[in-house]
Amino acid sequence: MFLELTEEQKLIQETARNFARSELEPLAAKLDREGDRPAFLANLKKLAELGFMGLNVQGEYGGSEAGVVAFSVAMTEIARACASTAVTVSVNNMVCEVIQAVGSQEQKEKYIPRICSGAYAAGSFALTETGAGSDPAGMTTTAVLDGDSWVLNGSKIFITSAPYAGVFVVWAVTDREAPKGKGISCFLVEQGTPGLVIGKQEEKTGQHASATNELVFDNCRIPKDALMGKLNDGFRIAVAELGGGRIGIGSLALGVGLAAMDYATRYSTERVQFGQKISSFQAIQWKIADSYTELEAARLLLMNAAFRKESGRPFAKEASMAKLYATEAANRACYNAVQMLGGYGYTADFPVERYARDVRITSIYEGTSEIQRVIIAREILKNIS
Amino acid sequence: MLVVVCIKQVPDTTQVQIDPVTNTLVREGIPFIVNPYDAHALEEALRLKDRFGFRVAALSMGPPNAEATLKKALALGVDEAILLSDRVFGGADTLATSRVLSEAIERLNQQEQVGIVICGKQTIDGDTAQVGPGIATRLGYTQLTLVDLIEKLDPQQGRITVRRKLEGRHEIVEAPLPVLLTVVREVNRPRYPTVPMRLESEAATVQVWSNQELQLDQNGIGLKGSPTWVSRIFSPQREKGEIVGDGAADPTGAAHLLIDRLVSRDLLVV
Repeated sequence: MFLELTEEQKLIQETARNFARSELEPLAAKLDREGDRPAFLANLKKLAELGFMGLNVQGEYGGSEAGVVAFSVAMTEIARACASTAVTVSVNNMVCEVIQAVGSQEQKEKYIPRICSGAYAAGSFALTETGAGSDPAGMTTTAVLDGDSWVLNGSKIFITSAPYAGVFVVWAVTDREAPKGKGISCFLVEQGTPGLVIGKQEEKTGQHASATNELVFDNCRIPKDALMGKLNDGFRIAVAELGGGRIGIGSLALGVGLAAMDYATRYSTERVQFGQKISSFQAIQWKIADSYTELEAARLLLMNAAFRKESGRPFAKEASMAKLYATEAANRACYNAVQMLGGYGYTADFPVERYARDVRITSIYEGTSEIQRVIIAREILKNIS
Repeated sequence: MLVVVCIKQVPDTTQVQIDPVTNTLVREGIPFIVNPYDAHALEEALRLKDRFGFRVAALSMGPPNAEATLKKALALGVDEAILLSDRVFGGADTLATSRVLSEAIERLNQQEQVGIVICGKQTIDGDTAQVGPGIATRLGYTQLTLVDLIEKLDPQQGRITVRRKLEGRHEIVEAPLPVLLTVVREVNRPRYPTVPMRLESEAATVQVWSNQELQLDQNGIGLKGSPTWVSRIFSPQREKGEIVGDGAADPTGAAHLLIDRLVSRDLLVV
């Protein structure tokens, strides 16, 4: 048992931390309040050039080959400064990984380097539909083979990075007669394809800089070889790849939770009430103790899931446990942080209200806490009997 | 042409405290960083590499653990990293340090002609700003300190034009190569190492040169070769503040005066 990052992982963590502190943090409040897409995209480009978009991707496709643990610690550092940037980086990494896992040689050579290098600001993962959230197999978007092309019809919702993504990984029903989940396939759709319409951008509670849009496929025609992986194997691909994404989102939540507690803890050593620093009150000390304990537990769960994935072992249960626990612990930490700042915590003059808004979605997207529990219980119960 | 950049590993002085009893720096547990001015020197060298294709060698004198600093330089893209490390180099003042660094540069020059040496303006632990000029003097190079811009470089003609940031004014100077520059923070914004380069640099080798390689007279290096002794280190008494202008009568004028004052003291960059 050796609970220590390697020298390489520490170096990547340090690089991410330095970049996040100097380049992302100074911009985060402005991005949240007013938005500044050119500045947001410029930082994504820099992160790509530094190698953060394909941390667990092979070098031949422009990835950094740094592994899953390095990905996790980098996500946490980036999220400490800017959750919107972090979610984009997380999704980009996931898109690269899914193409690497199931794409054809041509698909890998064409798309992964573009995301890794920043030629594409982002890649998108288009699974969710209005009627298919926690139950993605209930999707209704269809893809019909017509001569040498597939024709897509339907719509997707809550698609991260849609306006500036270069490529979308899109799931659609290819066999309506098949049992549920057995007739879905996965496709790569390029931005600008006729019939692909970027719809309404959602007005969200937090993570404002990261665009979340509806996608509409209106007789969207893509080449026959845009199919990714095997026909009708799409649902299995989605389920497998979401596990990795969960490590990313859990790590992101940890970063936001730590940022909130670090801020509130420092504040508590300066704020004076009843003639003493509020950090001298046990009510505050317990919040600090509880939140840091939970965040540390979250970190260890994440490290365990990342390490299992990195070493090629099954990690679905561990990734769900880490995602469930880290996002809920981070939500509690942000709640505590606002409480510790009192009224000031509820104002935009201090960053903790932003952390509290940014963190809320983490226990919803990439599989809700409820779905994580379903997965965890299923993984446990299947081994009994 | 070879560009040599001299970098020093220093304790992060933002975290260093002075022991009030012994008047020495409390160094235990303080992380080491690349001297911030040297990070700008390194960036400037790498920009010359990007523009002209020069090779860049990074030099550092220090204990064996200074290897970490040179690995960071490798991660940023220097072609060669050399650590000058030997017990006999230890305890050196700026004179002895510049002797060792000059000799190392001379050795590099024998392999490939050195055109430009770049140093940070000063270190944040010693704060003397003497090592750069010391190297230039010893090597007989043109010495251009406090550079905030390389305006022009003509490798064919062997000439360089730089802007020097002096108190309250700039000076444009043209000089022949080889040249030693010391740079100020305004000269550039250092890049970040990429993840793949950082991973590569961990496995890369830093050459270590001891006095076996340099063959310097031991009386001129290390503690023996250092005529300067630091007798005491202490925190300066905090000076009283001053009132600038008349804020009530002329707030705009007072603000301008304050900004000028901050700029002239390097506390504010405009």
